[in-house]
Order: sequence, then structure tokens, then C-alpha cells
Amino acid sequence: MGRYLARRLLQAIPMLFLISIGMFALVNIVPGGPLSGHGRSRHIKPQKAEILKRQFGLDKPLPLQYVIWLAGNDWMRVDADGDGVAESYGTRKGILRGDFGFSYSTRRPVLEEIAVRLPNTLLLMGITLTVALVIAIPVGVISAVKQYSVFDIIVTTFSFAGQAIPEFWLGLILVLIFYATLKNPVTGDPLLPAGGMYTLEAGFSLVDRINHLILPVTAGALGWIAWYSRFLRSSMLDVIHQPYVRTARGKGLRERAVIWRHALRNALIPLVTILALDIPYLFAGAVFVETIFAWPGLGRRYYQAALDRDYPMLMSMLVITAGIIILSNLLADIIYAFLDPRVQYD
Amino acid sequence: MSIPEHRDDLGTTALLAEEAGPARSMAAAVWRRFRRHPGAIASAALLLLLVLGVVLASFSPYDPEKSDLRVRLEPPSWHHPMGTDPLGRDMLTRVLYGGRISLVVGLLVVTITLVAGVTVGSLAGYFGGWVDNVLMRITDATLTLPSLLVLILLGALLREVGGDFFRRNNVLTIALVIGLLSWMTVARLVRAAFLTIREQEFVIASRALGASGLRIILRHILPNAIGPIIVESTLGLGWAIMGEAGLSFLGFGIQPPTPSWGNLLSNAQEHLSKHPWLAIFPGLMIFLTIISVNYIGDGLRDAFDPYKVLQKVGEV
Repeated sequence: MGRYLARRLLQAIPMLFLISIGMFALVNIVPGGPLSGHGRSRHIKPQKAEILKRQFGLDKPLPLQYVIWLAGNDWMRVDADGDGVAESYGTRKGILRGDFGFSYSTRRPVLEEIAVRLPNTLLLMGITLTVALVIAIPVGVISAVKQYSVFDIIVTTFSFAGQAIPEFWLGLILVLIFYATLKNPVTGDPLLPAGGMYTLEAGFSLVDRINHLILPVTAGALGWIAWYSRFLRSSMLDVIHQPYVRTARGKGLRERAVIWRHALRNALIPLVTILALDIPYLFAGAVFVETIFAWPGLGRRYYQAALDRDYPMLMSMLVITAGIIILSNLLADIIYAFLDPRVQYD
Repeated sequence: MSIPEHRDDLGTTALLAEEAGPARSMAAAVWRRFRRHPGAIASAALLLLLVLGVVLASFSPYDPEKSDLRVRLEPPSWHHPMGTDPLGRDMLTRVLYGGRISLVVGLLVVTITLVAGVTVGSLAGYFGGWVDNVLMRITDATLTLPSLLVLILLGALLREVGGDFFRRNNVLTIALVIGLLSWMTVARLVRAAFLTIREQEFVIASRALGASGLRIILRHILPNAIGPIIVESTLGLGWAIMGEAGLSFLGFGIQPPTPSWGNLLSNAQEHLSKHPWLAIFPGLMIFLTIISVNYIGDGLRDAFDPYKVLQKVGEV
């Protein structure tokens, strides 16, 4: 297992390099940079643009820019004031040493930008995932145990539907129903808020926080409920026909114990594995929910960065997400081996 | 990813006993099993209806892009079954034209996926060695990309930098961008087919008879992988349509005034509370298309894999 892990980690390194080169090439080969006179940079005067280019190091050849992005520029002289003379050593450390650079649009360190929003996204996605699992697990189990019952048919149909509903449409429909149409019978205000994390003027109130969570969590969780209930139904069906389940019944255990304690345990193994694989996609999916519900998280920040063509922001977030995906693949393998002693890696 | 082997969705209760008749073509056998999946058949009918509507959109009395300010933001009525938009354009016409764009993007993506996936998978599987190694590392790396985020990045880049070219070839570029991120599963399927079939006697025999490499690939190996490839392409169609809609919703996909389901939804956002019909219909179309495509994919998966149908019925 140790050797297997070491090998997988070693394989991840060239993979990340490949991805980072690919991303870097993609962003930079397309003509026009942040100072090319497209988009917002139209308003920057040409002389000023030249100076900015030298300050940001955008006048250097692309391979060198990539090396600087990766390894920093504190080993070479740079043109800090943009007058055309490289007079002092650079200050960037490169992403390999944890320096992801500055956001072009806010001029704050990328990591700081991420750190500010990470807790908000973690909160939203954590609750979304919890809600999804709390609903999907019992639904999936009952649906499998009562295969082809009315309940099962409804659940199966629903899970097809749930996976086909675009999150962004669901979000709009929820706003339409719970914000625009339904009103609070006492105050006459909209029943639920349509955006933000809390009411700005009011102080902290748990009820207010929860109210702001209901719509985004619903919009985000539906697809996951559909996916996990379908997945668990399928993996439950695999398990409940196995001999050891029959043995449990033969021992005279109550049906409830057989299903929920003996069968579910093994059926959850693939679910836990797929959960590890899904985590990065949960974050990527946050783009729609956070954009529609004005949730100040990473997804909306990414969207904003795309609007601004804020390269350092976009590339850092992409490379970090790709890294998390590789790690979560590895994590899935480890969890699988840990939970299921039959699995052997070498 | 390890999905449990046992698939058992409702609907297919085909018994294979009657399959033991005289040999028929594979297509006929697949079609016979597909027919028994009620969800898939209903979905195929719905999708056909949708395609018909989209094709017949040209006969609409209204123009999809010309505004008519006398009839701005009218609710659904007999004349305008889906209402009109802020510029007085008939929403039904725009939704149908948008459907054209969405379906064309979807089909283009599937074509790109098939061409790229089959090429990469065949090269890797046929040659093996370092070719296989390089191609599969690229496949793995592409699979590791967070596709939605990369789509947004590419869409944003193209929208700002591509300028006129991007606008004129909007549909094609968006299809290329989505296709760039969706060929990997097909490539892996094809490669896997090569690895299992390459060394089998009938392939060796045909090589001994002097068949060329290309003939072996096209005649002997690919037909054996056709089932999973078709299923994967069907599900890929749904993925592509959803991807285009999402990208256009965020403003990085199909650019107005050309309607697409995604940008129609995007424009509906600001009118949501007063003119909800603008948001309801385009989304409903996306939903119906994707659910049909998914049901059809599910039906095809069962139809191509009689063993799993047997499992479902409990005879294995």
C-alpha cells in the first residue's frame, strides 16, 4: 500500500505539470492579454500599458513567463518601475513555493482572495452535500429493498428528472416561486430571500442565515440527491442478493437489522468512494448556484475573474482544482482499500 | 470510478428466451430489446417531436431576431403561445430557433467526440508502446481538468479575443470548445476494445491473411466496440447540450441576438418576477431534451448488453 501510494503521488507530479503547461499555453497563446486593448483594457493609454507590461513581466517570452509563474523571479533582475531598466530583484516566489501571484482586478494576493471566500463556499457546499446524503441514503435503500414498488418507480423517475434539470433553471424557478410569488403572510415581504448570505442591515440571526441558505441549497442539492439515490439503489441491489445477507436473515435477525446494519454497510463502500471523486465537482458546480443567488463564494469569484479576464486568479483556481481532483482520486482509492479488505493494491 | 456492475433501471423486463431464434442482425436484436424500454421509447418519440418543431420553425410567421416594439413583454396568448420578449419578439419562435442551435451544437460535439475519441483510442490501442503511453497520459490529464471551469475560461477568452471570428463562427467554436473536453471516455473505450480484441484468433487470422492495419481496425475491432461507443455518445449529447446552455447562460457561449436556450434563460433573469414566461419555457425545453436523451441512453445501454438484462430479470 505504501509503495502504491508513493507511485501514485509520483505519477501525479508530471500530470500536474502537463495540466499547468496546457493551461498556461491556452491562456497566453490566444492573442491579446490583459493589456492588449480588448475589453476593459481599452481605456488604458498605450504608454501606460507598456509600463504596466514591463511591471507585470508580460514583455518577457512565454516560456520564461511560465518559469516565473512556476518558480518565481526573485533570482533575476526585474523592471519594477517599468522604465525599461531591470534594476532590482523580483519578489515573486512562484506557485511551486506557494505564491500564486496577484489578482489583476483587485491587486490582492490570489491566495488571500481565495481564503476570504473559501469558508462561504465550504458552508454552502457542506450543507448541500449533507442535505443530499441525508435524503438520498434512505431513499436509495428503500427504493432497492422495495424494487419495482410504486415508491421505487416514483424515485427512479424522479432521479432521472433530477439529473436532467439544469441547476441554473431550477435556481430561477425557485426564486420565481419563493421570492417573487409567495409572500410572508405576516409582513407581506417575499417568503425567502433571493440572494446573499444574510440581511445586510440586521445583525446576526440564525434564522436569517438559514433563510438565506434554503434556496441555494435546494437548487444545488437536487441533482446530487438524484445521483446518489440512484447510485445507492444500484449498489444496494448488488448487496442484498449476496449469501451473507441471506445468512443474516437465516440467523433470525429482524429485517430492519439485516438491511440497515448488514447490507447498507457494504453498499456504502462504493458511495464513499464516489463521494471522494465528486468533491471537486461539487465546488465546480458552485459557479451556477453562487452566481444566481449572489453567494460570495469561490464559484462566483471564478465567474467574476472570467468576466475580468483576471489570468492569475483563473489559472490559480484551475490548477488548484485540478490538484484537488488528483488528490481526491487518490483519496478514493485509499478509502476503498481501507473500507474493503478484499481490495489489494500493489 | 467504480460504479456497481449491476444495473437494473426500471422499464426493461425483456426476457431473452425468445432471442434463441434464427440469427438476425445486431441492429435488429438491439432494436427489439430497445423497444421494451417504455421510458426510452416515449423519450425517442418526444425527441423526434422536438426535432420536428425545431426544423419547422422556419414556417413561423415571426422573425426570431427582428424586434416589434408594439408587442413587448406580452404574456402567453393564442398569437404568442410562449409570450413575447422585451423587444417584442415571439418567444416560441425564438425558443425553436434556440433549439436548433442547441441541437446543432450537441450533434457537432458528438461528432468531434467520436472522431477524436476513436482516433486517439485506435492509435493508442493499435500501436501500444510509447504512442499508447503519451496518448493515455494526455487523456488522463484532460480527464483531470474541471471541465466546467475550463469551459468558462475558454468561453471568456474567445468572447473577448476572438472578436468577429468568434461571433461569425459562434456555433462551431463553442462546439469545438466543448468537444475538446469530451472525447476522453470514447478514447478509453476504444483503446480497451483494442486491448481485448487485438490478440484474439480471428484478428490474428485476418492479419495472417494479409489484411492491412486499417482494415483490421475498421472491420474487426471497432464493430466489436460499437455498443458502448453509441451509448456513450448518446449520453454525451445530453452533456453537450447542458454544457452549451450553461455556458450561454453565463454569457460565454452563444452570443445574442442569436437565440440559444442558455442565453434566453440568461436574458430572462432580470424580468423574472414580472414576466416569468421568459424563464419557464427555455428551461423546460432543456429539461425535456436532456431527460429524453438520458432515457434513450439508458435504453440503449440495456439493449446493447443482453447479459445485464438477464441479470435484471434475475436469471443469472
